[in-house]
Amino acid sequence: MTERGASHAITVIVNGERVNRIVSARQLLVHFLRDVLGLTGTHIGCDTGNCGACTVVVDGKLVKSCMLLAPQADGSTIETVESLAADGQLSDLQRAFNEHHALQCGYCTPGMLMSATYLLRQNPDPSADDVRRAIRGNVCRCTGYVNIVEAIRSAVSAGSAGRAAAGAAEEA
Amino acid sequence: MTITKGPGTEQAIRTWSGRSIPRKEDARLVKGQGSFVDDGGVQGQGFAWFVRSPHAHARIVSIDCAPALEMEGVYAVLTGEEARQQCETPFFAIAPPPGSLMAEWPLAVGKVRYQGDAVAVVLAESRETARDAAERVFVEYEPLPAVVDTVAAADPTTPLLYDDAGTNVVWRGVFDYGDVDWALENADHVVKIDRLHFHRFTSAPLECNGAVVDYDLGTGVVNVMSNYQMPMFASMVIGPTIGVPINKFNFVTKDIGGAFGIKIGFFAQIAALALLSKKAGRAVKWTEYRTEHMLTAGHGNERTFLDIEVPVMSDGTILGVKVRAFDDAGAYLHYEPLGAVIWSQVVPGCYKLKHVRVDYTEVVTNKCPTVPNRGYSRMQHLWMIERIIDIVAKELRLDPVDVRKTNYVQPEDYPYRTPNDCVYDSGDLPRSLDIALELAHAEEWRARQRELGTGSGRRIGIGIGSTLDSGTNNFGQSRIINPDLPFSGNGEAAIVKLDLFGEVNVNIGTTPQGQGHETTAAQVTADILGIAPDMVTVSTGFNQANNSYVGFSGTYASQFAVSGLGAVMGAAEKLRHQIVKLAAYALRAAEEEIDVSDGFARVRGDENRAIPFIGLANMVYANNAGLPAELLSEVDLNARYVYVPPFEVPDPVTKTGNLTLTYASQVHVCVVEVDEETGEVTLLEYAAVDDCGRRINPMIVEGQVHGATGLGIAAALYESLDYDASGQLQQPSFYEYHAATALDIPHVDCGSIESASPFTPNGAKGMGEGGGAPLHAVCSAIQDAVGGDGPVVADSHNHWARVHELLHRDPTASRGVAVTSREGPPRVAQS
Repeated sequence: MTERGASHAITVIVNGERVNRIVSARQLLVHFLRDVLGLTGTHIGCDTGNCGACTVVVDGKLVKSCMLLAPQADGSTIETVESLAADGQLSDLQRAFNEHHALQCGYCTPGMLMSATYLLRQNPDPSADDVRRAIRGNVCRCTGYVNIVEAIRSAVSAGSAGRAAAGAAEEA
Repeated sequence: MTITKGPGTEQAIRTWSGRSIPRKEDARLVKGQGSFVDDGGVQGQGFAWFVRSPHAHARIVSIDCAPALEMEGVYAVLTGEEARQQCETPFFAIAPPPGSLMAEWPLAVGKVRYQGDAVAVVLAESRETARDAAERVFVEYEPLPAVVDTVAAADPTTPLLYDDAGTNVVWRGVFDYGDVDWALENADHVVKIDRLHFHRFTSAPLECNGAVVDYDLGTGVVNVMSNYQMPMFASMVIGPTIGVPINKFNFVTKDIGGAFGIKIGFFAQIAALALLSKKAGRAVKWTEYRTEHMLTAGHGNERTFLDIEVPVMSDGTILGVKVRAFDDAGAYLHYEPLGAVIWSQVVPGCYKLKHVRVDYTEVVTNKCPTVPNRGYSRMQHLWMIERIIDIVAKELRLDPVDVRKTNYVQPEDYPYRTPNDCVYDSGDLPRSLDIALELAHAEEWRARQRELGTGSGRRIGIGIGSTLDSGTNNFGQSRIINPDLPFSGNGEAAIVKLDLFGEVNVNIGTTPQGQGHETTAAQVTADILGIAPDMVTVSTGFNQANNSYVGFSGTYASQFAVSGLGAVMGAAEKLRHQIVKLAAYALRAAEEEIDVSDGFARVRGDENRAIPFIGLANMVYANNAGLPAELLSEVDLNARYVYVPPFEVPDPVTKTGNLTLTYASQVHVCVVEVDEETGEVTLLEYAAVDDCGRRINPMIVEGQVHGATGLGIAAALYESLDYDASGQLQQPSFYEYHAATALDIPHVDCGSIESASPFTPNGAKGMGEGGGAPLHAVCSAIQDAVGGDGPVVADSHNHWARVHELLHRDPTASRGVAVTSREGPPRVAQS
């Protein structure tokens, strides 16, 4: 049976903006973000929590937004891919994904960027193995992960050692 | 910078082609501003949900839609029988009888033929309501025996999927080139392999299928906003069925989240959604979910090779092959039986095999329909050839590198005519192999393998996969299946336009899914028009209203670099000619004096005489009074060009002809470690050398190599679609189907050779599919680890349990191979 009547009022902060909405009890967070708030950068690639296309950050933790109901997110602070270039400037990671050809169809990219962003907050200098472990919950069908790992690693060096050194290495 | 002659121009200066410029597409995609099918919609739309069969094979006794229709928020339910009554004919069949008698309608009629077969479709005000309502469409089934074994399906005593056809065999043909009987009689050795099996899997694009279909009752136009990758094919297949002429379809695609051929398969859903929209009088939105995708969207072809006989000379020269092949099309013919001929683009693989006989049978079974899947049909055949090469080397105690080099088509042989008259355009396979072996440090690993010896519990294996990615196909090959088909050749259309303010815009008939068409099309356009790629806007995706399409438009079969860019280059050249003509008039100069650069047309040697693109556009679009009529008749700044590759119609009787224009080659070398106790395979090293002629954007090419390698490794070790005896899919979601992760796929070292194609406008070759080289390389490496006296690696999928079985097979059991030799007693291989 449908639960058309069952709904909840929720308040969340999404990408810095406070949002109040009445949501259906059964609505997934990912559908709330996409269909209600129009934040279609967060994608859906599976129905089992395996693919990571819907990855967002909730209260500082990495979350697959298809695995959380919207009412469960009440009171939380949510960051989606749309927050990464909030001031109009691409983040180091976004720029690195472009420069290293770390995306093809671009469907996994938002989730991948969120996982990578989270990784760099936890570990500013991850090894290639650290990177691979950190994105193991994000499936990419286009790139074989090769350039994604490269891009995340390069964003590390861009962020820590400075862009001048990285630029010099590129020139060489 | 090199000066080359492009088609139709004397002085196209190549400054952007050949460079790894970052992609134009990325800016929106990294910000989450891509436009994928589920991101959009139409005012007043309902949400569709398909009612699908839990049975593999069953008669539909009754369907009760009333409980669903009673629910609040449900707009309509369309059943299979009701849909059929609105249709004029089943979907267009590629096959002649009996295959053409295996009729398919938008929804199942009378019976269901695989688990997930759609019997009805519900439309409701929300996704959730539609899903709930679909559970309240009550279908009574009478189960029938399921047919799941490919070879047994061809047996006349096996139950039928289609009573009207009287057989489960879709199509059968013998491809007979040279004289394989002579070769088998005269060879020094004949290697006989009992059975090889290429498994069923899918490239599983991360974005599932989807469409917003709006049947406009006022105009009769069916608007299809979808991620379908071959739009005009869909129109041709479903148009006659649902009674919609081509010019009343409006197919549109935007960003597509991967496709790999799989998104050629869902035309039936589009037809059903169109009828549902017509019935409900409102737009319908359908977003497939992953389990639905795995069950029904389409799988790659599964092929079984039996009774393989390989005549070999003592020096390792392989004369040919004789084999029976059985291909499993699943329950409906969703592009099949084209796979029955597509493989023959690469009859001898990378080798100079002269005598080949393939007795080919394609059947229907109670499984998900097969559809093109990256490496479509050639990969299966190439895998068999590569397995043969390694098994011959192993059985005759030859070095697999030597056997390959002995039998490869050599650099001086190009253009090389195969036994079935295909023409391999260019390449250097021996050098590709040398580079790959070096990149993978094969020699060091061979030494390490010897050091490791026995007793460590671990084994090292080194494997090679050398394949071809045949691209830009000649649709005339479909006549080998059915001589009455009105198809041949190929083509693609593009429009390059100078817009009102002098902007350069490109529309193409392709449906890119990550291949970077906006970038490479801008690169070649920029070169011809003397501007930077940033000044070129390439429209995203396909739009039928643009009129930039032909019958075969789309993105599939490794052809964009040739047919897509060929069209763009032709259109850009036409536009350039118009610019020159118009500027010559405006600047009172001879056409020969005009240069086009930096967004201006200039008189050479006189910097004061120049006109910007905006000035030229203004003359034509908004300020044309007084322009000579003759000039206006030739100059509209809106140049359409159709690139048509040079093809003849193949001969359906002899099954010969040039079936594809280009042959990119891939040589992969990998090193595996196999754990004897568990059978687990770990990739220690992976190298891929690709030769796809001139690369327009090497970075994008390398990305395609990485991607094809990743999916190939995934298929070889992790991804398989298996049905149980009752026809239930064992991997219906990403829980069971282990879509490979970053921990499964190793770093890939890439090398490249550029053997320019002599047949294409830019020397490039299509290369996106990649030939399935990792499947060959990984099987080859596992074979190497199993060892010379061990059994044959007979399956393309080798998860740990299968590898464990290979390592620990009872020594008295068959190894799956035998050798007979002409001189001396037959050498029946010992276990």
